[in-house]
Amino acid sequence: MREHIRGRRPRPDGPFRGRAAALTALVLGATACASGPGAGGGGDGSGAGGELTVFAAASLIDVFEEIAGSFEQERPGVTVTLNFAGSSELAQQINSGAPADVFAAADTATMGQVVDGEGLDADWAAEHGGDALVFATNTLRIAVPPDNPAGVGGLADLAEDDVSVAFCAQEVPCGSATATALEAAGLEVTPVTLEEDVRAVLTKVELDEVDAGLVYATDVASAGGRVEGLEFPGAEEAANDYPIAVLAGAADPDLAADWAGFVATEGAPVLREAGFGTP
Amino acid sequence: MTAVVTRASRRAPRPRSGRVPWILLVPAVAGVLFLVLPFAGMLLRAPWPAMGARVTDPDVVAALWLSLSTATAATAVSLLFGVPLAWLLARTEFPGRRLVRALVTVPLVIPPVVGGVALLMVLGRNGVIGRYLDAWFGLTLPFTSAAVVIAQVFVAMPFLVISVEGALRGADRRYEEAAATLGASRVTIFARVTLPMVLPGIAAGAVLCWARALGEFGATITFAGNFPGTTQTMPLAVYMAMQRDPEAAVVLSLVLLLVSLAVLATLRERWVRAA
Repeated sequence: MREHIRGRRPRPDGPFRGRAAALTALVLGATACASGPGAGGGGDGSGAGGELTVFAAASLIDVFEEIAGSFEQERPGVTVTLNFAGSSELAQQINSGAPADVFAAADTATMGQVVDGEGLDADWAAEHGGDALVFATNTLRIAVPPDNPAGVGGLADLAEDDVSVAFCAQEVPCGSATATALEAAGLEVTPVTLEEDVRAVLTKVELDEVDAGLVYATDVASAGGRVEGLEFPGAEEAANDYPIAVLAGAADPDLAADWAGFVATEGAPVLREAGFGTP
Repeated sequence: MTAVVTRASRRAPRPRSGRVPWILLVPAVAGVLFLVLPFAGMLLRAPWPAMGARVTDPDVVAALWLSLSTATAATAVSLLFGVPLAWLLARTEFPGRRLVRALVTVPLVIPPVVGGVALLMVLGRNGVIGRYLDAWFGLTLPFTSAAVVIAQVFVAMPFLVISVEGALRGADRRYEEAAATLGASRVTIFARVTLPMVLPGIAAGAVLCWARALGEFGATITFAGNFPGTTQTMPLAVYMAMQRDPEAAVVLSLVLLLVSLAVLATLRERWVRAA
C-alpha cells in the first residue's frame, strides 16, 4: 500500500541501476519515457492526448483515484499515472530527480522542501505567486466510539480523569497538530497512550479501548459508522493544508496545470465527501 | 546432572583437524557477514559523542528499565507455562496433539501487530474476556505494564516451548524409564530426572524467549499502547525516535544492543562456570 501506480505498468526492462533511493524514480522514468498509444498528441497540452505523472500523499489515494477517473473521461487520450506514498518520501524522490509532473502533499512544510529543491514550473509559479495552491484542508475531530461511553461532548472533557484518551505521538504530524489544538484551547490532557500514527488512534477508538481520540476528519469519514466524530471550536487552529503544484520538470506543464485546477474545482465535491475541507 | 556429565565424557574423540571444506566455509562466512554487516554499519554511523547524554536521559533510562523488567517477567511467565506445555507435547499422547503443537507456533507466523489486535479483542476492555475483567474486577489491561508483559509472552513463549520440546525429544528416555521401574511417580521423574537432563535446553529456550521479548514491538504497541514510563519499551522508543531523528534512533538501538549483550554474556559466564 505504500506505493501505488495507476495506468500503464512500468517496463520491466528499464534501467534498474543506481542508488536505492532513486529506484522508484527510475521505474517511473521508464513509464514516462515509454511511448504508448496515448502519448501521440502530447506536448502542448491543448491536444487530445497526453501523459501525466502525479505524486500524491498517501491520504489522497481514494480521492485522487476517483478524480483521475473523471479527468481521463473528460480528456480522452490523457493518461494519469498516480504514485502514492508518504509526503516526505515523495518529496525526497522528486528532489532526487523522479520525473513527476505534479506534486500534492499533505502539508505545506513538505511542499516547501520541493519548492526549495526541484522547484516549481515557471508559468505556474508566476500565476500562483511562486507557491503551491492549497486545494484541501484536513482538521482534527474528537473521535468517540458510537455509543460515546464516557459522554464526551467537547475538548475540555478529554482532560477529565475518568476519560481515557489516545493521541498521536508528538513525533508524527497528527501529534503536533494535537499539541497545537490543545494549546489553543489552553488544555492539558494526559492520554493513556501516544500512538505511532493516526490510524492507530482510530483503531483504539473503533475497538472501544479508549473513550476518545483526536484524529483527522478524513479518518472519521473513512471509518464509516464505527466511530463518531465531534467537531470542536479551535480545530481550525491545527488544520492541515494540502498544497498542489506543477513541478519544474513537468513534461507538459499546461496539462499538469489543468489537472491541478481540475482537482481544486471539479475535485472539490469528492474531497468534501472524504472528509476534507475545501477552500 | 551426573547423567549429562557421563554422556558428555562418553562422546567420541574429535576427528583429526584438517582443512575446513570450502563448500561449508564460504556460505558460513557469507552468513556471518550478512548478519554482522548491518550492525557494523550502525556502529560506523553512530554519533558516539551523543551517546553519554542519551544514556542518562530519564526517558531512555525509564524505557530501558521497563524493557529489561518486562522481558524478564515475560520469560518467567513463559517458563511457568511453557515448560509444562513442552513436556505435554513431548511426553504424552492425546488426541489433537499435532493440532495443539501447530497452534502453539501460530504466534511465530502471524505478524505481531495482528497478535496485538487479537489480544485487544480478547483482553481489551471490550474484549471477549476483558469485558468481564472490567465488569467484575474493574481490571483493564490495555495501556498498562502488565499488557506489555502479556504481549511479550504471546510472541516469545513459542520460542521457549519449541526449544524445550526439542530438548525433551532429544533426551535419553531410558533414565526416565529406569526411574519409573524404581517406583518414582511421574512428578518425581519430571522434577528429579527429566528437568535436570534438559536444563541446558530450557536455558537456551529462556534466552531465546528473553531476547525475543526484549525486541518485541508490534504486539506491544498495538495491545499496550505507547506511553513513556508505563508501556514505552526500548523498541517503541526507537521507533518513535525514528520518526523525527534517525540518529537518536541509532543511539537508542545501540544502548539496547549493548545492554542485552552484557546481560547475555554475564548469564553465559555463570552457566559455563556452573557447568
